[in-house]
Amino acid sequence: MTRTHDPRATAEPAPEAASEAGSEAASEAGSEAGSGPGGGRDRPAGLGPVGWLRWFWRTLTSMRTALILLFLFALASVPGSIYPQRGVDPGAVAQYFKDNPGYAEWLDRFWLFDVFQAPWFAAIYLLLFVSLIGCVVPRLGVYARELRRRPPAAPRNLARLPQHAAFTAEGGATVEDLAAALRRRRFRVATGPGWVSAEKGYLRESGNLIFHIALLGMLVAVGLGSLYGYRGNVLIVEGNGFANTVAAYDRYMPGTRVSAESLAPFSFQVEDFQANYVLAGQQRGQVLDFLARLKVTDRPGAKPYEYTLKVNEPLEVDGTQTYLIGHGYAPSFTVLDGQGQVAYQGPVPCLAENINTFASECTIKVPDAKPEQLGLSVRFLPTTVPLQDGTLVSAFPAALQPTAQVRAFAGDLGLSSGIPQSVYLFDTEKLKKMKPLVMKADPLEVGQSIDLPGGAGKVTFTGVKEWISLQIAYDPGRVPALIAAVLAIAGLLLSLTIRRRRIWVRVQEPDKDGSTVVQVGGLTRTEGGAAGFAEEFADIVKALGATSAGVKDAR
Amino acid sequence: MPVEVNAGLAGLSDTLILATVLLYVFAMIGYALELGFGRVTARAAAEPARELVTVGGGAPVAAETGGGDGARPVPAWASKAGLVAVVLSWLGWAANLGSILTRGLAVDRWPWGNMYEFVVAICFAAMTVFLFMQLRYTVRFLGAFVSLTATLGLGFAVRYLHIQAGPVVPALNSYWIAIHVSAAIIASGLFIMSGVSGVLYLIRGEGPSRLPSRADLEAVAHRAIVISFPIWTFAVIAGALWADKAWGRYWGWDPKEVWAFITWIAYAAYLHARATAGWRGKKAMIVQLVAFGCLLFNLVGVNMFLGGLHSYAGLPG
Ligand code: HEM
Repeated sequence: MTRTHDPRATAEPAPEAASEAGSEAASEAGSEAGSGPGGGRDRPAGLGPVGWLRWFWRTLTSMRTALILLFLFALASVPGSIYPQRGVDPGAVAQYFKDNPGYAEWLDRFWLFDVFQAPWFAAIYLLLFVSLIGCVVPRLGVYARELRRRPPAAPRNLARLPQHAAFTAEGGATVEDLAAALRRRRFRVATGPGWVSAEKGYLRESGNLIFHIALLGMLVAVGLGSLYGYRGNVLIVEGNGFANTVAAYDRYMPGTRVSAESLAPFSFQVEDFQANYVLAGQQRGQVLDFLARLKVTDRPGAKPYEYTLKVNEPLEVDGTQTYLIGHGYAPSFTVLDGQGQVAYQGPVPCLAENINTFASECTIKVPDAKPEQLGLSVRFLPTTVPLQDGTLVSAFPAALQPTAQVRAFAGDLGLSSGIPQSVYLFDTEKLKKMKPLVMKADPLEVGQSIDLPGGAGKVTFTGVKEWISLQIAYDPGRVPALIAAVLAIAGLLLSLTIRRRRIWVRVQEPDKDGSTVVQVGGLTRTEGGAAGFAEEFADIVKALGATSAGVKDAR
Repeated sequence: MPVEVNAGLAGLSDTLILATVLLYVFAMIGYALELGFGRVTARAAAEPARELVTVGGGAPVAAETGGGDGARPVPAWASKAGLVAVVLSWLGWAANLGSILTRGLAVDRWPWGNMYEFVVAICFAAMTVFLFMQLRYTVRFLGAFVSLTATLGLGFAVRYLHIQAGPVVPALNSYWIAIHVSAAIIASGLFIMSGVSGVLYLIRGEGPSRLPSRADLEAVAHRAIVISFPIWTFAVIAGALWADKAWGRYWGWDPKEVWAFITWIAYAAYLHARATAGWRGKKAMIVQLVAFGCLLFNLVGVNMFLGGLHSYAGLPG
């Protein structure tokens, strides 16, 4: 579509766009905004710093810059979906570093593992939002003035408008009647000698402004969440509890303005966890349902209550959400040391190496064993079946036929080295440095035990529990973000569905026989709205005719 | 939670989808015949532009009728082929709907829990948009291309994505699937309309052609986007609400989220481009097609190449 096609170019030389001190985009309707030349139109030649500043501001707040920034914004997010992101999956980033150390280091220099926290990403969206502010604020002013202004007087030649019609009212027609008819159709109406001018569809611009302001609101809400919110992960074995304190988390990520005291003081006990699986067919082993039964205490001293935690159904306590995000097995063992003392007793969380069968691995450190420290590496199979060659595998994720295959090592666990060690992921390299005691043994069923050679002790497989991993999150920006989102949708709907349109009517002096010729012209100020407007216009002309007595020859 | 799968209904669904593909193919042939032997569209650009040209050019009549070509009478059977095509595509549409319903009934859940079901539903949405649009507007010229797209989509789904009807993972077992995924499907169906129009717009060039005029194509594309953009926005927001329930954050830059965002920004850029001097027409159309490419990549590419939390997608093998 060419600019000459723009009916406003002929009907109305867009006075606001020309006179407005702000940018071209500051003019009342966006499509008019575009009909001027690009943002850099009046680049000041040697105008001094203030002039340059003005030029810079104009360029920044022009439609074309907004368009380019939008592109950049989209483009800049792409690497965030290609490279693993620390904020999403730190494990995958570590793996990437392991696989291509040199390349990864370079990527990291450009923040490609933290795209959405990167300074260059922030630069783009901050520029975009500054541009947005620079765009919206002047438009708010224009809009406020426009709301108070009367529709502009009728142009002289209505026949030049994109929509026009005329009819003859034999009984005469009055400006008042015609104006009233337009008012009934909820037009804002102004009248003058022999003409009516009417306008409708102001909500379109309101919608546009609401939408863009809501986008700003969204940014503020997200910022609020990252400053005052926190999230953390914790793994809990059935029967154990959790109290919401910083120390209780395995991984804790506070916002920059969160203090340890601001954590909501709730606690809960994990009574029981259940997972159900598809038993047969192509999707055999796929999980159907998880649920964890909790006993929750909202604050110290409050009465505990039962809550069933499920996927899609988080626990909420005072705005803090607790989500069930993972699960696994925790077989229990009792380890007696060489002196017959209980050196370890309880469940150990295992990590599934195959989520379809839950064949899992775990390690048990027994630093208190005497005479030597013990390390156990356990392979846990929930549903154990032998393959033809005798190797054992798990055939199903539920604990139908659980076994634990134990390898045992003796020696120094290296726990006092000062290097922090993950509770759940003990470095198996360390075990290899120790003296092997048992390397191949029959798998244990629940209740069975294995004697360690040389009187080093005894390991008993005492039972199977499950663990759940939880994400606990507090985000004060959630509700504001939702409100902003709802406003954005509402604004968008108004702005995209409502047509801004003007109708002018001219009533000519009555003829000798008292009949008058009424001319009607119409203009929609919304791009792409012309098709629907033709129908509405015809409708309006009909309605106007109906207000005047004895209409004939509607043209 | 139902585990039972009604094998009879699931089988019926698979049969119906094959019938759908066949009907769409025949419909496509019908539309193509009508287009190929029908009238040549002379209106190259928007009318006002032509007026400008004719004032200066002095040869207005030739442009009006599209030269000697337009003088040839349109054979009656050509427009009949078009009508038959419409009937066939309604039949195909019904079979498509039947296939979706029986699959849903077979597993007793919303039938868009994996890639196969999702692609089938999107093809259905695109066809629905087209069939209802042609009731009100003259857009039958798009029939061949929409049915081609739907046929290719369904063929791809049947050949490469099909998996047996079955239950879904717990994260998908939520009423949000009805809200979020349905909105995404409807929006995608509309975006397909605008995407098809955009491709034709670029192919046809300015001159006379059997293809519909650029102005018509632009109008269809714009109308479809104006309707689908708010629906897509809603789908993204509903997705955020669901993520807030399921994963403990409303936005986490998961690859699927990133691409939904990119798609959204790209369509917003299209709306801006239409309001920016020097960007209307062809350039805006290209922006629209880039956005459409992002949409397609998000539907298919992300599940296949990028993974992430949304990779429930249940690809076979
Ligand atoms: C985060 C960035 C932005 C997004 C996602 C966005 C999105 C949109 C969308 C979806 C529309 C069409 C709906 C409507 O008319 O309300 C629109 C229109 C508009 N936007 Fe933006 N926008 C952004 C930034 C900006 C900026 C920075 C400016 C100013 C330079 C701007 C100026 C406009 C104008 C003037 C219109 C009206 C166009 C018309 O009337 O056709 N927007 N925007």
